[in-house]
Amino acid sequence: MSLTYLEAIREAQAHALRDDPRVFIYGQDVGAFGGAFKATKNLAKEFPGRVLDAPISEDAIMGLAVGAAIEGLRPIIEMQFADFSTVGFNQIVNQAATLFWRTNVPCPITVRLPFGGTSGAGPFHSQTPEAIYAHYPGIIVLTPATVEDAYSMLLEAVAIDDPVIFCEHKLLYRHLKAEKLPTEALPVGKARIAREGRDLTIVAYSAMVQDALEAAKELAAEGWEIEVVDLRSVKPLDTDTVVASVARTGRLLAVGEAWPWGGVTAEVVARVMSEGFGLLDAPPQRLNAKDTPVPFHPNLWAAHRPTVRAIAAAARDILRQ
Amino acid sequence: MLQAVTEVRVEASDVVRQAHLAAFRCMLRARLLDEKLAALYRAGKIYGGVFLGRGQEALSAATGLSLAKGDIFAPLIRDTAGRLAFGEPVIDAVRTYFGSALGPMRGRDGNVHRGNPRAGLLPMISHLGAMVSVVNGMLLARRMKKITGSVGATCLGDGATSTGAFHEALNQAAVEKLPLVLVLANNQYAYSTPTSRQFACDDLADKAAGYGVAAHAADGTDLTSCLRALREAVDRARAGGGPQLVVAQLLRLCGHGEHDDASYIDARLKKSPLGRDCLKVARETLLRQKWADASQFDEWRREAVHEIETAIAQAQREPAPDPFAEKWTALSTEHLIEGHA
Repeated sequence: MSLTYLEAIREAQAHALRDDPRVFIYGQDVGAFGGAFKATKNLAKEFPGRVLDAPISEDAIMGLAVGAAIEGLRPIIEMQFADFSTVGFNQIVNQAATLFWRTNVPCPITVRLPFGGTSGAGPFHSQTPEAIYAHYPGIIVLTPATVEDAYSMLLEAVAIDDPVIFCEHKLLYRHLKAEKLPTEALPVGKARIAREGRDLTIVAYSAMVQDALEAAKELAAEGWEIEVVDLRSVKPLDTDTVVASVARTGRLLAVGEAWPWGGVTAEVVARVMSEGFGLLDAPPQRLNAKDTPVPFHPNLWAAHRPTVRAIAAAARDILRQ
Repeated sequence: MLQAVTEVRVEASDVVRQAHLAAFRCMLRARLLDEKLAALYRAGKIYGGVFLGRGQEALSAATGLSLAKGDIFAPLIRDTAGRLAFGEPVIDAVRTYFGSALGPMRGRDGNVHRGNPRAGLLPMISHLGAMVSVVNGMLLARRMKKITGSVGATCLGDGATSTGAFHEALNQAAVEKLPLVLVLANNQYAYSTPTSRQFACDDLADKAAGYGVAAHAADGTDLTSCLRALREAVDRARAGGGPQLVVAQLLRLCGHGEHDDASYIDARLKKSPLGRDCLKVARETLLRQKWADASQFDEWRREAVHEIETAIAQAQREPAPDPFAEKWTALSTEHLIEGHA
């Protein structure tokens, strides 16, 4: 029996609902319909009264989650697309993220964001807003890249007493499969060495981990041994694992699907520069999407975001130095 | 609007009398506390802004008093009276204005942003309309936990009705049939913007029908009218009647904050029935009904002044927050705090 990334997310939610009566799911079309991507398929039937359809009101959806958290519940919010979370932005960053600091009352909310580009999805169904949430204090931002992590990190997210932005990559939903669900996992906050190497460290997260691994395979045929670090969580960011990897390789390429100004890749490079400057044999580089909205046409879309080929090319540039 | 200020005949039952007396005392304490805070602000003794409830005490006190122990209250910036009526201690207010480390916000947030969520008193964020859906969430959670009989009330002004958050949350409360009481103080100005630049319907109460919620009108200058409207709204919400919108007409008798001279307020409004001071109107009602006399008012004032001065003397002696002892993290999950400053 194999299981997709999307099914792992559904299973994790079923598990959380089963184990903890404080958990409920609230979002658009999550009830009887089972969600736009079917991440909550059959859950409304299995857990009556605990998987609730919401009106198209992202602000009020998030506000309601904060109120429920104050009352001791542990809401899981599904934003239909990460792009729409901007409508609930105020409640996330000003209400949920400040509550504990202001009042000492924890705010355990998991906000699931189906995020990232898919071919033909266009400017408003493709965004990767992880960095804007990571920028605000009081928020945990998770970006699982594997089926196993999608499952175990979502379960851990629900157990965390702070607001968690859980970024699920839509490209991975059905493409990525695993044989079974994990019984143990790395904790949130720890990065993972997805492939060992000694010539260059590629730091990536979410779907870009899969592309980085493909690029590493391509480069292996040319004799390069590439180490791939899967951040897993972009906040907190496991600087120690990244710097330790750069200590082995001396070279760094940070890859992200998000826009180039600031963001996770800039944060990774900044931390390596300040904590591992002496370890570097070449200037660290970043590879991101182009600085435009995400284009609709497949030709443009494929050129907008980093591809396996672009990652391999950027890696070769660094390796030649 | 003129209909709303027509005097409501007072029912002289004991319950009504007790409600008036309790509300009046909250109004008086709030007015005196607000005036003291304004004086301290002018003397440079207060960090941040000071926003007064002058002219809104009757509506605010009626809101706080209509709630029961265990209910939820999300006040706005002009709700000193409602907070006192709901049971917030004066010392919590004063400590927050002085930034005392012992206050409920520990110097991390100030003044009108104080609260105690576990006691059902929500600390407002500055974004108008944003607290309504939080109250919804608490009410929905209680329903899920099979806790029955709770009501959640929150206060907004005319300006907040223009926000998306207001619309989303009132609609959400209606869809879920939550026991929410949304109290709108139409005080004629949102900061400096008159209602003619804020909305185009005749009366904000007209909005209720569009959401499928019940509306209640009140004369915000008249305590009797406010108590009656709030009692009716809270009772209906508690009985399962879904969200209730209370709209009170009044005039803000001060600036938006104490930094604002309110020079934009139309002199004709000040002279109109809307410009009546609700505290004076309430005092007249109590005298007319022979529920209190001048010596009683004097005694209440003395008690309130003593209470406020004692709280201020105490808070002034308390330690300020210490930046070196401050735990500089916004997370409650210790092991996920980054080591990076």
